[in-house]
Amino acid sequence: MKITFPYMGTSHIAFKMLVKDLGHEPVVPPKPSKRTLTYGTQYSPEFACLPFKILLGSYLEAIEKGAELVITSGGAGPCRAGYYGVLHQKILQDLGYDTKIMVMESPYRNIFDFLGKIKAVIGPSGVSWWTFIKMFKKAWEKLKVLDETEFLSHQIRPFEVNKGETTKVFNKCLEIIDEAYTLAEILEAREITGKMLNNIPQDRNRRVLKVGIVGEIYVVLEPFANHDIETTLGEMGVLTHRSIYLSDWTRENTGYESTESVIKAASPYIDELFGGHGICSVGHSVLYAKKGFDGVVQLAPFSCIPEIVAKPILAKVTEDHGIPVLTIFLDEQTGKAGLQTRLEAFVDLLAQKRSRLEEIAI
Amino acid sequence: MKGYLGIDVGSVSTNLVVIDENNEVLVSLYIRTRGQPIKAVQDGLKQVAAEIGESVTICGVGVTGSARHLTSVLVGADSVKNEITAHAVAASAMVPGVQTVLEIGGQDSKIIILRQGIVTDFAMNTVCAAGTGSFLDQQASRLNIPIEEFGGLALKSRGPVRIAGRCSVFAESDMIHKQQLGHNLEDIIAGLCEALVRNYLNNVGKGKEILPPVVFQGGVAANIGIKVAFEKALGVEVIIPRYFSVMGAIGAAMLARQKVKKKTNFKGFDVSNFKYKAGSFECKGCANLCEVIEIFHDEQVIARWGDRCGKWENIS
Repeated sequence: MKITFPYMGTSHIAFKMLVKDLGHEPVVPPKPSKRTLTYGTQYSPEFACLPFKILLGSYLEAIEKGAELVITSGGAGPCRAGYYGVLHQKILQDLGYDTKIMVMESPYRNIFDFLGKIKAVIGPSGVSWWTFIKMFKKAWEKLKVLDETEFLSHQIRPFEVNKGETTKVFNKCLEIIDEAYTLAEILEAREITGKMLNNIPQDRNRRVLKVGIVGEIYVVLEPFANHDIETTLGEMGVLTHRSIYLSDWTRENTGYESTESVIKAASPYIDELFGGHGICSVGHSVLYAKKGFDGVVQLAPFSCIPEIVAKPILAKVTEDHGIPVLTIFLDEQTGKAGLQTRLEAFVDLLAQKRSRLEEIAI
Repeated sequence: MKGYLGIDVGSVSTNLVVIDENNEVLVSLYIRTRGQPIKAVQDGLKQVAAEIGESVTICGVGVTGSARHLTSVLVGADSVKNEITAHAVAASAMVPGVQTVLEIGGQDSKIIILRQGIVTDFAMNTVCAAGTGSFLDQQASRLNIPIEEFGGLALKSRGPVRIAGRCSVFAESDMIHKQQLGHNLEDIIAGLCEALVRNYLNNVGKGKEILPPVVFQGGVAANIGIKVAFEKALGVEVIIPRYFSVMGAIGAAMLARQKVKKKTNFKGFDVSNFKYKAGSFECKGCANLCEVIEIFHDEQVIARWGDRCGKWENIS
């Protein structure tokens, strides 16, 4: 069977391998582009959010390439995204495609539904549960290496001597990870790419600002949706730390916060889950403030209720913890000038604030 | 005498100023951009050159506004800064101790919060330009009133009518409905001013601590109706600086003065006679399909931008 999946950051590299390992043919949707957006906006309800439209566009592009099944994730709580798989399916049906959408919900909610869906995928190709677990673990390992590499690239970019070099090296790293197939190769790729990134000429005397990135998962993870915000900030000399990575890779490293600690950090402000990643945006911002970050950028799809709810709460976090927050609403605009202006102004503000604090300290 | 040139190229207006070393404004120009930023900058430079003659030597150039990168290439700028920083710098110099800057321009509206002379918070309108200068322009021309008289008419109102201010499309239909019911023009215009202020404070100013002194600048500050509506809503005096419409350019000039160490990059006033041309193409190198802009000076490419990967940017 030809199977496709959402395009989100670098994760397709791991999903592609997993689908192949399970005896199917992966169809990687093209990297989201203006074409994706055109497809997505043409067939989506006008009020749907940017992630919905990009995903629909991606599915249609993958269907053009022959995809017969879309595997995607669901969502919990009162965010519309939880229902998006169903709506995507209806739209595809109306357009006359018989491609099925399989929505993987959390196994904690309904384990039988979860296992049944996996069985439907591995059954026809005769893959045993044992092989599935092995292959899934390998794909997870790859996802972790991908996340680790990306994390490292954001740590290095603000110090790079030659502007743009980190991005170039990072793209090469992705190719290397993509080619790694066995577990041993994946771990070797991890070593190699780590060295490649660390070997980039850096000016470690540079004083960089630290900014945490919070917000809705899709626009945080997919650079097309957020106008490459981490690269842009990195090249402006800002070290970005993203609150969401698909794998829990950062658990074993610095900077990872468990869901419990994030919710706990948000609890003085709100103790109610209000959908999507809203509460995490609040909790992570508090934690970034406590860790001495200079600022936070909140990324939100235009009309995203959880992030709209989080926004005024973040104003209170700024008041209490003194950490500036810049909220950016993202929609189908492809012009970057407005974002560039806001980011430049935000960085000026953070730099001024820091030098004022240093003056006081002296 | 030493002078510093500041150029602010926005969506609606292109502003040029020359300041001296004490921030005194020697020349100030406000021209309509009319969708042609290159021409507007060239025309502006011609006028500035004519006004200052031989008496002033330009020792630094700063640019700001949404066309700042384009302008920087054309004129040879020493400092290229975003308009929020530029506006804040100018406001602090012109109104010492300022704590809040309200700025409404052609397509953008912003609020800047300053404490002890530094920017501590700011916000700009998000995906919608409702309530900015362009909309007022459009309404003035629909009602066939010169934009300069718009604010004055609002002051003549005895009872402003309620206009929906959230979205300019809603506002326009609301205005038309009220007008067809027979409300007089002054009341409708005053209602519109109040609606815009309400929208600005709810949207751009949301959650911000607006403390006096409050400065109101940008092209829309010419509209006395909006100023009065702000005062009514905030309950404090709203100060409009003398050069309210060119504050961005003043800030840019001041930033240039700080930046220039030895020699300016300014290409000279001859720039106004150069033949500049802009073009664009879609790069087919990858799925991003970037729209790359090229700036030509006499058929030669002097700058390119718009590509995500830097492939075109670097070989200018």
